[in-house]
Amino acid sequence: MSIGVLALQGDVREHLGALGELGVDARGVRRPPDLAGLDGLILPGGESTTLSLLLESSQMFEPLADAIATGLPVFGTCAGLVLLASEVRGGRPDQRSFAALDCSVLRNGYGRQNESFETAIEVVAALGAEGPSMPAVFIRAPLIERVGEGVEVLARTATPNDPEPRAVVLRQGNVLASAFHPELTGDRRLHRLFLQMVESAGTLRDGHGVPAGVA
Amino acid sequence: MTDAPDHSARTGTFAVKRGLADMLRGGVIMDVVTADQAKVAEDAGAVSVMALERVPADIRRDGGVARMSDPALIEEIQQAVTIPVMAKARIGHFAEAQVLEALQVDYIDESEVLTPADEAHHIDKWPFTVPFVCGATNLGEALRRISEGAAMIRSKGEAGTGNVVEAVRHLRSILGDIKKITQADSAERYAWAKQLSAPIGLVQEIAETGRLPVPLFCAGGLATPADVSLVMQLGAEAVFVGSGNFKSEDPARRARAIVEAAAHFEDAGHVAKVSRGLGEAMRGQELSALGERLADRGW
Repeated sequence: MSIGVLALQGDVREHLGALGELGVDARGVRRPPDLAGLDGLILPGGESTTLSLLLESSQMFEPLADAIATGLPVFGTCAGLVLLASEVRGGRPDQRSFAALDCSVLRNGYGRQNESFETAIEVVAALGAEGPSMPAVFIRAPLIERVGEGVEVLARTATPNDPEPRAVVLRQGNVLASAFHPELTGDRRLHRLFLQMVESAGTLRDGHGVPAGVA
Repeated sequence: MTDAPDHSARTGTFAVKRGLADMLRGGVIMDVVTADQAKVAEDAGAVSVMALERVPADIRRDGGVARMSDPALIEEIQQAVTIPVMAKARIGHFAEAQVLEALQVDYIDESEVLTPADEAHHIDKWPFTVPFVCGATNLGEALRRISEGAAMIRSKGEAGTGNVVEAVRHLRSILGDIKKITQADSAERYAWAKQLSAPIGLVQEIAETGRLPVPLFCAGGLATPADVSLVMQLGAEAVFVGSGNFKSEDPARRARAIVEAAAHFEDAGHVAKVSRGLGEAMRGQELSALGERLADRGW
């Protein structure tokens, strides 16, 4: 299977490494021709304002929006979640998102860097039976304030400033997103789940390369 | 100790500190001296801004003691933009760093651009929640800063000159030694640790991973999109641009071009396209014309 990682800015290498550990040889994607033949795409962590601007100047925004709308499996982490959300608060007015995931996020909703944190979160069984909790690193993370109907919440967590458990992993159709950075830890359950989504999408889509088995 | 997962939220861990540096990779961090400049930088696609009272070129020209910026200026800049805001503390001036932490800046640059406050000691960076970036001219200096808790290293270059030659020298020195260490056998690693005056644990980590334990960015003298492409092709993971931008003829345009060059540094056609008609770059200085080298500060 052919998986791409948007490589305009951010922690691209960690996502490529995570996919490599799962036996998938992924590649960086910077220009529209790089999208050809992709079975799935990861939107990495980074600065969402920078990524939004570079997506436009690289003529990537429209082709990518079309591909996601027509079923390309996509996985966004942190800034990647912001790029996928249907509503973004606390961003720049000209900041664009693909609006492929029905939710509202508040940019840097957990605070500035001094409030960035790591923890262990509870995940639903769909994410695998390797143990209930998953290490999670939140870096100036977006806060998911509203989750639309038809969106699955795969994990929630509370913080010292906010005792109410908030959704931190969402899935809707071909879109998976997390507020934290699974690529920064050794837990590969989210990447594995994404590859399963890619595999089932590949078998559903006509005329598209049949993906090899996920290791 | 048990293996039970820790569900508490832990701030200021090394993973959290270096995590922000990882998110800035492939991006441009711009020096700004006003809230308006900070907006120009954000509009251009900067991943972060460095809030300063004077850019290095002016510090050089004005002389005198250069200190931490006025908190009011830092707060103005924090309110003006949504991207992370960094600020500089003097080398060894842990009280300035404490003030910057209280202001909730996102990264502290313990910087040779300011006048050092301590001639023997850098700040012990481990007790802080806020992460630190430090400059380095060679691998030993980089590893000593990392052992003190720095979560990002930038090659120093020679700030305020608009001359990239020192940035290239420092980057090549750091990356060249990393390459040699990956070739060293286990006994030679101890000699490397001794030669670099650096902890053996960090030397061993480099031997195994082939890279610095924290992101390596480049600073000091970058003035053009091609400069950015050059240092990123050499192995810098992101760039700091200071005087080179706001001392040029059309900062907004140049900033935008520099961001494009960082994202597409391997695409010469694109670097050519964004470099066209940018107006005059900052004037720049021959290094032989300099008095004190800022890069010599720090140990």
